[in-house]
Amino acid sequence: MMTPLFKYGFFGEEFSLLVAFVLGVGFGFFLERAGFGSARKLAAQFYLYDMSVFKVMFTAIVTAMLGVTYLGWLGWLDLDLVYLVPTHLGPQVVGGLVLGVGFVVGGYCPGTSVAALATGRFDAMLYALGIFAGTFAYAQVYPAIQGFVNANPMGQVTLPEVFELPWGLVVFVVVIIAVLGFWGATLVERRFRSEP
Amino acid sequence: MTARLPDPPRAPAVAGAGPGAPYLNPYLAGIGLGLVLLAAFVLVGRGLGASGAFSSTLSWLVNLVAPAHAQANLYMQDYLGDGTTHPLKAWLVFEVVGVAAGALLSGLLAGRARFTVEKGPRVSTAIRLLCAFAGGMLMAFGAHLARGCTSGQALTGGALLNVGSWAFMLMVFVGGYAVAWFMRWQWR
Repeated sequence: MMTPLFKYGFFGEEFSLLVAFVLGVGFGFFLERAGFGSARKLAAQFYLYDMSVFKVMFTAIVTAMLGVTYLGWLGWLDLDLVYLVPTHLGPQVVGGLVLGVGFVVGGYCPGTSVAALATGRFDAMLYALGIFAGTFAYAQVYPAIQGFVNANPMGQVTLPEVFELPWGLVVFVVVIIAVLGFWGATLVERRFRSEP
Repeated sequence: MTARLPDPPRAPAVAGAGPGAPYLNPYLAGIGLGLVLLAAFVLVGRGLGASGAFSSTLSWLVNLVAPAHAQANLYMQDYLGDGTTHPLKAWLVFEVVGVAAGALLSGLLAGRARFTVEKGPRVSTAIRLLCAFAGGMLMAFGAHLARGCTSGQALTGGALLNVGSWAFMLMVFVGGYAVAWFMRWQWR
């Protein structure tokens, strides 16, 4: 059996929406389990006394990365059919910076704000309204900035392709960096947890 | 018949985190999230997301109130489509509705779902809500510039070794740490 199932025609558009809902339930469940329905827990990442954001995110990335790697090697997953967001380094670097600032100011990112507002956090509800306001503002200025947003297209491209390294080697390096990061994050937490 | 014993007090996982069961170990939660993401790749051939659902919903709302404006806008046109499909009949909209349902389920099971405002001890509720709104606006701008947020770019693209996603993720931490000191009154 070859996957992605949807791309191989195992089910249609309508059923994929049901799959989206079920996957969303799993996503939201684990976000809340991790404590990401709380802006204080999320913001703690930037004050170094609780590095859960880093730990959860990198564990998830490593888990899914190893999953697609092994399924690809076994011939069960056609990675070429998994959608990659096209790379435009300029807007993605600026966007990341702006989003990072918004994270510390607002306390959430879009996904975690949904988990938080669903569990009754009023600040997350205001945050979501802010996303709507920001999206509306963005839509108004988009015609003026679309040159920048679409500049320097690199297409759908991966780190192994850009650095001309074997996929497996890059995966191995990411795992090593993650493990060292987890160890470092725990040391940092220990150092900063005692602060008021 | 045995007497019912009162529940033992539960220690908050974060200082001042309030009542409710302690949070799940971050590595176990990460493996759970990673398996959901992997399931998305295997089942549908795409990753998870969030900000796109807000774009669809906003485009739909603006199209209800001011259809001429929405349909003339380059950005909202993309989310409205050619008019044959309802703008809310989008993959990410269904996924995000699931996120709300899954989070509520987890929050109710753990006794963490309650009406409250998440903030540090030194900031007033009004200022905190204002910051949340401003943060949401900034986040929206950043996410649209970057073609995705922490879910669609960092998490999904991170696992697929997407070049733009790794550049984006690095800059999220740079941006966050750059302003953390100036915003500490809100959290500590």
